[in-house]
Amino acid sequence: MQAEHPAGEDSGQVDTADVHRAIDEIYREESRRVFATLIRLIGDFDLAEEALHEAFTAAVEQWEEEGIPANPRAWLVSTGRFKAIDVIRRRKTFGASVAEIRSQPASTQPDIEKLDEAHFRDDHLRLIFTCCHPALPPNTQVALTLREVCGLTTEEIATAFLAPKSTIAQRIVRGKAKIRDAKIPYRVPSRSDLPNRLDSVLSVIYLVFNEGYSASSGDDAIRADLSSEAIHLGRVLLDLLPDPEVMGLLALMLLHESRRTARTTADGDLVLLEDQDRGLWDQDLIAQGRQLVERAMASGRFGTYTLQAAISAVHANAASASQTDWPQIVWLYDMLLVAEPSAVVELNRAVAVAMRDKPEAGLELIDAILARGDLRDYSLAHAARAELCRRAGLTAEARAAFREALALSMQEPQRRFLKRRLGQLG
Amino acid sequence: MRFVCLGYADLNRWESMTEGEREAFMEKCFAYDDELRRNGHFVGGEALQGADQAVTLRPRDGRIDVTDGPFAETKEQLGGLLFLEARDLDHAIELMSKHPGATFGPFEIRPANEAINQLLAERDKAIRGSQG
Repeated sequence: MQAEHPAGEDSGQVDTADVHRAIDEIYREESRRVFATLIRLIGDFDLAEEALHEAFTAAVEQWEEEGIPANPRAWLVSTGRFKAIDVIRRRKTFGASVAEIRSQPASTQPDIEKLDEAHFRDDHLRLIFTCCHPALPPNTQVALTLREVCGLTTEEIATAFLAPKSTIAQRIVRGKAKIRDAKIPYRVPSRSDLPNRLDSVLSVIYLVFNEGYSASSGDDAIRADLSSEAIHLGRVLLDLLPDPEVMGLLALMLLHESRRTARTTADGDLVLLEDQDRGLWDQDLIAQGRQLVERAMASGRFGTYTLQAAISAVHANAASASQTDWPQIVWLYDMLLVAEPSAVVELNRAVAVAMRDKPEAGLELIDAILARGDLRDYSLAHAARAELCRRAGLTAEARAAFREALALSMQEPQRRFLKRRLGQLG
Repeated sequence: MRFVCLGYADLNRWESMTEGEREAFMEKCFAYDDELRRNGHFVGGEALQGADQAVTLRPRDGRIDVTDGPFAETKEQLGGLLFLEARDLDHAIELMSKHPGATFGPFEIRPANEAINQLLAERDKAIRGSQG
């Protein structure tokens, strides 16, 4: 097709390159939402995936001839559904199993034309909540969400998680089997279940983010993709479900992300928050994060993600570690401890207290946690203790604590950091 | 869809309760079972004697070994089974979350294997039919 016949002109000819570009874009923007609706109509993940691809194949052929329909999404859903019925008919001819016939779509034609934005949004949420159902093991929730909601390939997920492809593939297959066999419903949880079920979705998103953020090993670029995938998912979820904790989580991820380039050296060594070049922090991400924190806090119904984001926002506001509003940070940690008591949060609070008052004050709190028997095997507890001893001038104790931390640490960048610190103590 | 709910209980906690407390607890469980019955969710159930009374058969070298005790030793013992009819897994979770037994120990909810149960039902029917 020639370029002088742009799409929609009287010639009735459609520019193929334009159509292909448009289809590519529709695929990027819409395919997972079309998929989400197809699952509801067809009742089976695998069949919906097959139908989705057949629908796009049909779109390439038909739209080249007839141009792009007014509502491409509805066209794709309708076409996908018919393709699925074809697949079922073909399978039946060859003797399908009971399970396959059970997944047959209702014979009545659903009113696809009447599918409006609200239906698609609901289906998108259904897909997210189903993939993050607490009856599925957490690592299955993660794999399913990346595969089914984000549309990553099994290979991409395996590479990002440094796992064999077969392991990830198996998780996805087993997850889908459990959804089918244990009859995990494809629906948005009821209002009373929503807080619990949302927790599960948020923790999957945060897990994906952290996997991409904690540059423990592997290809950094691929892992950074994982973080941006999580942020994208956070934005999608916030658009679908404007809950304060969704704002809080998105803010937390954006604020962490704003420091990505500052938190490691070119050699991949960790740089502590206080030593980071704050000029490298991404001010645009900080502004977005801060605005979300404020919105979430203003709702008065926020939880632990918002509080963590608020702490991160206080750091983002400060020109240097010493100019940080440490009383505010200690106060936020106090609230976090009420919302979700944990020894790790206590440890972070102790470090903030040390910054607000003096190293000895934080040291006393950390020693109390360790004396209780908590965090004894937690490398960062000993590293924090070592750091405070060093600042308090307790060199011998600092050395012993760094050695303890080193013995417990498994992460290579962290180990290099601890060794450097030990070296500096002489 | 049929779900089998396995109710576990901490035996030490049970032993530490007074007779009155046990009766009150059982009564609460029965009352909720009744509510499930009235709505057509309670298909059946079996209460179990303690794991001390159990015997486990295990295949070994082509023979069947008989040993005392339950198959898995855990702090929580399987105390009873409840057969539940529910729309889907979320519905089963919703129904069993309100069961007083769920406050006492873990409740495992397992979807019944309907394909095998179908075969069982057919065998059952065949034997009954032949016995006339």
